[in-house]
Amino acid sequence: MAMKGTFIDNLPKVYGMYTGGFLVFIALMAFAESMGMSAEAIGIWFVTFTVFIYAYIGWMSRTMQVDAYYVAGREVPPVFNGMATGADWMSGASFVAMAGGIYMGGHPYLAFVVGWTGGYVLVAVLMAPYLRKFGCYTVPDFIGTRYGGNLARFLAVLVLIVASFTYVTAQINATGTIAAAVLQIPFELAVWIALGAILLCAMLGGMRAVTWTQVAQYIVLIIAYLVPVFWMSMKQGFGSFPQFEYGAAVAKLAELEVMHQVGVLKPVAAQAGLSALTVKHSVASSDPIAAFRFVTLVACMMMGTASLPHILMRYFTTPSVRDARRSVAWSLLFIFLLYFTAPALATLTKLQVLDPSLATSIIGKSIADVNALDWVVKWSNVGFLKIVDSNGDGILQINEFFMRGDIVVLATPEIAGLPAFISGLVAAGGLAAAMSTADGLLLAIANALSHDLYYKMIDPKADTKKRLIVARVLLIGIGAAGSAVASLRLTGILGSVAWAFDFAMSGLFFPLVLGVWWKRANRAGACAGMAVGLAVGSWYLYMVKWGGMAPWWGIDDLRFGIIGALASLIAMVVVTLMTAPPDAETQAMVDEIRVPKGKSVLDMSH
Amino acid sequence: MSSGDSQKDNHWHRTKGLMILHLSIWFIFSFVVHWFASNLNQITFFGWPLGFYMAAQGSLIVFVVQLFIFVKQQEKVDRECGVAED
Repeated sequence: MAMKGTFIDNLPKVYGMYTGGFLVFIALMAFAESMGMSAEAIGIWFVTFTVFIYAYIGWMSRTMQVDAYYVAGREVPPVFNGMATGADWMSGASFVAMAGGIYMGGHPYLAFVVGWTGGYVLVAVLMAPYLRKFGCYTVPDFIGTRYGGNLARFLAVLVLIVASFTYVTAQINATGTIAAAVLQIPFELAVWIALGAILLCAMLGGMRAVTWTQVAQYIVLIIAYLVPVFWMSMKQGFGSFPQFEYGAAVAKLAELEVMHQVGVLKPVAAQAGLSALTVKHSVASSDPIAAFRFVTLVACMMMGTASLPHILMRYFTTPSVRDARRSVAWSLLFIFLLYFTAPALATLTKLQVLDPSLATSIIGKSIADVNALDWVVKWSNVGFLKIVDSNGDGILQINEFFMRGDIVVLATPEIAGLPAFISGLVAAGGLAAAMSTADGLLLAIANALSHDLYYKMIDPKADTKKRLIVARVLLIGIGAAGSAVASLRLTGILGSVAWAFDFAMSGLFFPLVLGVWWKRANRAGACAGMAVGLAVGSWYLYMVKWGGMAPWWGIDDLRFGIIGALASLIAMVVVTLMTAPPDAETQAMVDEIRVPKGKSVLDMSH
Repeated sequence: MSSGDSQKDNHWHRTKGLMILHLSIWFIFSFVVHWFASNLNQITFFGWPLGFYMAAQGSLIVFVVQLFIFVKQQEKVDRECGVAED
């Protein structure tokens, strides 16, 4: 990218051509299908073509400059940074699991939808512009400089690693799962191929390469998510803008749930890893504990959003403080496009399965007929779906149909009878979502280790070349560790994703927010906040999940951040007030962060 | 120097005001509305039970619109207090 300035000026044109090219590629695949290409071959084409493009962008963005490697040269315009953040943010869980979670879980599950969008209000109002003004390379860089001392910096690195590593393992797992399904290779091998593809995007160009591949990945994932929904909706007569029209479908579902006795008929025998539908779609419990569980999950996901370093560091890449703030609004808009579609998708897919007046329905039909459907055969073969005629009447009832929620997004095109190339498109979208998040997370971890631990604490005299080589070696090492853990298949996708948010908020939320908004906050307080928050949060998770302790007030392992963050806040405030205020220089620095005008704080101190 | 400082004080004062305003709106649509989801579900909104609608779409739209308005407002404050970037 020798003509860098030109590249930035031409961004709309470059990505406009890229989007057009991708649409042409989709059309080509549709044509190939009509000429008799197999669904498997189409899937392989989709995945290899898109990964090749990402790798090409990664190669073109290679760099040996520190600024480009850590913060993409601080030249990413707000709209494009918004798209990159969208891809960075929306993981395999958002793309693959969210609609399925709503399908199976109904209203309580929507806490994720609210939490994973509203968190950006906190990011924009409390954090992003101030961290951008600060001018740091990493989140621990802010903590380390604002509070001073290696201990604060080290604790921030520790929280970052605990939160991000649980998260990245899930993303490598998701990337590997999709690669295994499409390329038809063993999962244990697919995980390492996935890592190779992920590293191709990040290794040579750091943040610069990740930024421009993430923009490309956002475009693929949003097209892959929206096209099937619009197509299905038009084909089934649900309207041409289903997101604004599915109210009637929700009302219809409520009637069908009574007819099919959803929630009345329970499964006779449990099926491992699969579940039958027992929750009504739109009913919200009037039990205060249910309301409490909803709002606590929302709070955890929002405060986690505002503490996750791989998200915050995206706002270090804009040219100005103003652009950082604008960029948060764009990020949320791009994320919103997927998140307000997920409940529509869940509703319409469920309607197709339950509504006897639709040709696609299966509940209430003869089990022999249902077992002959292509999509039922396909997903039964891999163990993601199971039909058990527990009352032996030959008719499929709601409590006799078991499946994994994860398959809703992947199976919807097949349920609705869309062409096979749409499934290839969806696989490419899921892969883009998982890869882009994995890239952001790996880079956040490796950068914290190379910049904060190695350069700032171990070898401050290291030259540029050495720093960037160390950064890359760490990237490979952490990626390999993540793949090794992923290949063990320890956790389901969503469990560990929610935990990442809880860990991040337990350790980092208050030290970050109060670092900007409370001038009196000092080093001892911040260290106590991080250490106590992380320790108490981890202890509570352990006790509730494995230690046999009954959750307090329904605060289970998905919500342990509530306990951790509360402990962190108390520890930070109490210890700060018991110790001396920060020196005048630090207080002046906080004043400086609060004003957009002028050079960044770190630039002035150099 | 003193006029610059008072400008900065004024800027921070107004910035805090905006923060409190937007976090109040955020609080209502993140927590209060969903606390009453089962009551709101008694009301039908274009076919949706309102409590479900707010969690699936309503709150999200509020957050998006709110952030674009916040950006405009904060930029105005920065400009008027003379601390905006060039």
